[in-house]
Amino acid sequence: MKYIDEYRDGDVARRVGEQIHAEAHSDRQYSFMEFCGGHTHAISRYGVTELLPDNVRMVHGPGCPVCVLPIGRIDLAIRLALEHDVMLCTYGDTLRVPASDGLSLTRAKARGADIRMVYSVADALALARAHPGRQVVFFAIGFETTTPPTAVAIAQAAREGLKNFSVLCCHVLTPAAITHILESPEVQQYGTVPLDGFIGPAHVSIIIGYQPYVAFAEGYRKPVVISGFEPLDVIQSILMLVRQVNEGRAEVENEFIRAVDRHGNTKAQALMDQVFEMRPSFEWRGLGEVPSSALAIRPAYAEFDAEHRFGLHYQSVPDNKACECGAILRGVKRPTDCKIFGTVCTPENPVGSCMVSSEGACAAHYTYGRFRDIPVVTA
Amino acid sequence: MCLAVPTEVIALQPGDQAVVKIGGIEKTISLALLEDVTVGDYVIVHVGHAIGKLDPEEAARTLALFDQLSPGNAAQARS
Amino acid sequence: MNARDTTPPGNTDMSDPKRHYVRPLDVKHGRVDMGHGAGGRAAAQLIRDIFLAAFDNPYLRQGDDGALLPAPGPGRLVMATDAHVVSPLFFPGGDLGCLSVHGTINDVAMMGARPLYLSASFILEEGFALAELQRIVQSMARAAQEAGVPIVTGDTKVVEKGKGDGLFISTTGVGVVPDGVALSGAHARVGDAVLLSGTIGDHGVAVLSQRESLSFGTSVVSDTAALHTLVDALLRAAPGALRTLRDPTRGGLATTLNEIAQQSSVGIRLDEAQIPIAAQVEAACELLGLDPLYVANEGKLIAICAPEAADTLLATLRAHPLGARAARIGTVTQDAHHFVQMNTRFGGKRVVDWLSGEQLPRIC
Repeated sequence: MKYIDEYRDGDVARRVGEQIHAEAHSDRQYSFMEFCGGHTHAISRYGVTELLPDNVRMVHGPGCPVCVLPIGRIDLAIRLALEHDVMLCTYGDTLRVPASDGLSLTRAKARGADIRMVYSVADALALARAHPGRQVVFFAIGFETTTPPTAVAIAQAAREGLKNFSVLCCHVLTPAAITHILESPEVQQYGTVPLDGFIGPAHVSIIIGYQPYVAFAEGYRKPVVISGFEPLDVIQSILMLVRQVNEGRAEVENEFIRAVDRHGNTKAQALMDQVFEMRPSFEWRGLGEVPSSALAIRPAYAEFDAEHRFGLHYQSVPDNKACECGAILRGVKRPTDCKIFGTVCTPENPVGSCMVSSEGACAAHYTYGRFRDIPVVTA
Repeated sequence: MCLAVPTEVIALQPGDQAVVKIGGIEKTISLALLEDVTVGDYVIVHVGHAIGKLDPEEAARTLALFDQLSPGNAAQARS
Repeated sequence: MNARDTTPPGNTDMSDPKRHYVRPLDVKHGRVDMGHGAGGRAAAQLIRDIFLAAFDNPYLRQGDDGALLPAPGPGRLVMATDAHVVSPLFFPGGDLGCLSVHGTINDVAMMGARPLYLSASFILEEGFALAELQRIVQSMARAAQEAGVPIVTGDTKVVEKGKGDGLFISTTGVGVVPDGVALSGAHARVGDAVLLSGTIGDHGVAVLSQRESLSFGTSVVSDTAALHTLVDALLRAAPGALRTLRDPTRGGLATTLNEIAQQSSVGIRLDEAQIPIAAQVEAACELLGLDPLYVANEGKLIAICAPEAADTLLATLRAHPLGARAARIGTVTQDAHHFVQMNTRFGGKRVVDWLSGEQLPRIC
C-alpha cells in the first residue's frame, strides 16, 4: 500500500534505532509522552519499544477518546436506546465500554436496544433517511479528527430538513487535554512535569495544524514533535525529541510534513466553528472536570442536539476506587503499578478507561506488551 | 490521532463524493472537508471522509529524512 | 428426514381413482410458511422438491428416520458438528450452504480422519424465500458432491418470523482415522515447526465487504473449501511427523494458535514476514482497523510438525491447489505462560493474544 508500506521498513527502523542508541546520553533518562492513542497502538503493534535503549521510555497519554469518555456519557447513550427506543448509531470502539448497572452498549443490545455500528456518521444519516418513522441518534465521540465529519452531517441534516436525526455530542479537544497533563497535581508536587517531551498527534494535527502546540513548547519549555502514524514516523520522531533534549531546545517540529502544515484544514475548522461551540467544562474519565475541553452543538442547530431533543441530564458516575487510570493517563504511573491490572481488570472485563479500548495504555500493554513483565524462557 | 489511511482518488462523484482506492480496495467517501481535489490526488480518509491531502514531495522528503543519520542534518528536519 | 409421503407428484391420469392435483412448489416466488414445518404434505413436498432433489443418494432414498450405513472398518471413528449462522447468507466466493459442508468436512479432516458422511439440519424462518433456499441447498449439494461426502440424513424445522434470521444450518460429519494417526492440539512439542497453508483473512474480509455500512468494492473472495484431500496428502508425505492440524476459522490464526499453545502447554514464536496475506485483504483491514491475525478463514489449515519434516510437508502443501501459498510461519517454544509471540516486520516483538470480545472496525 502506497504511503504506508514504505513507513514500516524494518531495515530503516533498525538504523534509526541504532542512531537513538548512539545519541541518547547514557547518564540520563528520557521520558516522552505520545499523546495519541493511535501512536500507542502503533508502538505496541509493531514493537517499537524493542528498538529503543532502556533509558528512553514512552509514556502513554490520554489521547484515546473512548478511554476518556466518562461512564455517565455511555449511560446517556444506553438510556436513549432502552428508554426512548431510538436507533442508536455508534462507532465500533464504544460498544464494549462498561457503564453503570453492569451494562454496555453491547449488553443493552442484548436487552433489546436497537444499537447499530456504523463506519461513518454518513451511514447514520442514511439510516435516518431510510427510516423516517424512527428517531436516529448518532453517538459522536472523538477528538478534532473525528469532529469535522459530525459537523458535515449536522449541516447536511439541517439542509435536508431531516426531522428524525440528532447527535449526542461528546467531542473533546486535544490542546485542553495536554494542558491538563502539564498542570496536573504532580507538577505542583515535583515542580515540573515528569516528561521531557511530547509526540504530537498525527491526524488531529491535519485538522488543527501545528500552530496550537507552539504555546506548550514555549510556555512549558517542552519539545513537541508532530509525528506521522506509521512506526517509522514514530521512531524518527523519538530521535528528533532526543536531539531537542540534548541540544536544550523546546520547539515544535513537524515530522509529518506530508500531511500536516502550520494552519491545518481551515475548511474543516470553519465548519466545526459553524456547528459547535465550546462547553465551559467537561468531565474526562480519569482526569475529572477539564475546562474548555469539549464541544456542544450550537443553539442554531439545537434540533439536532440529542441532549436537547430528549431532555437528557448528565449525571457523573465515579470510577472504581482501585482504578489508577487517572495517574496512568497523566503519565505518572504505569499499568503495572495498578493493583487490579491484569487480574480484576483485563480487556475482557475492563474496569477503568485505560483498559476499555485497545489504544488505552493498560489495554495496549496487556495485549501486546505484558510478556515483557514476565521472564520467558525460549527454546 | 485515530485510524486514517492514505488513499488514491480514482473518480469524483456528485454531492462532494469520490471513489478512492487503497491496495486494490475501492470505497466511496466524502470530500466535504476539502477543496480542489482531483483524480490522482492522495487523500487521507478517516471515518468515510477525506480530512487532508497527502503531499507526494513531502512524503519523499520524509523517507529521505529517515536515512539521515548524522546529527548535523537534524536542522533539515525542522519545518 | 422422513420422505414417507408416497403420493406421486402431479398425477394427471383422469381415469386413476387416486388422481389428485398436487400443486407444484412455487420455488420462484414462494416462501417458507409454518405449514412446511408441520410434518404433513407441505413439509414432505418441500423436503422432496428442494432437499432430496439436490442431495439425492442411495442413503437418502432409503427414506427412513435414520440412515443405515455400513460399518466403517478398521480405525477409530471421528464425529464433528457445527452450526452455521453467517450473515449475509451469500458472499463473494460462497454461501451458507457450501460453508456448512466445508466447515464440518474440515473439522473431521483436522483429526486426520477421512470424512465419510454428513447430516444436515435446517432451521427455516417463516417468510424465507424458497428461491434462496434452493440456491443454498444446491450449493451444498455441489460442495458435498465435489468432496465426495454424501449428506445421508437430515431434518427441517420452521420457526415463526422474527425468530430465525432467515436460515440456520447445522451439519454433523463422521469419518475414520486410520491406526497410527494421532493428531491433537495437545501434541505440539518444543522445537516443532508451524506451517500455514495459505493467505489469511480472505473469508472474513469477503463477508464484511457485503455488510451494509462497511461495504467496499473488492475482488476478495471467501476461501471456503474442503481440505480433506490436502490433509490426506500431508498424512501420506510424512507419516508420524504431524502433531496437530487445525483450521483457523472464527477468531482467526491468532485464536487457533493460542488454543493450541494452551492445550499443549507451550509457547509459539511467529515471524510476521512469513505470514502470507493478499494485498486487498491487508488494505481492507487497514481501512477498517482490523488485525488480519484475528479475521476468519474457511479454507486454510495450520500444521504443526516435527522440524525435520517441515520442508517435505511444505513442499506437499505447495504442490496442492489449496496450499499454493503455504509458508512456515513459526516455531513452538518453551513458555510457561503459553504466549504466542511475534517478531514484527518492523523488527520489534509483540504478543498475539486471545481476542477480547468481538473484533470490530474502529475509528482510533
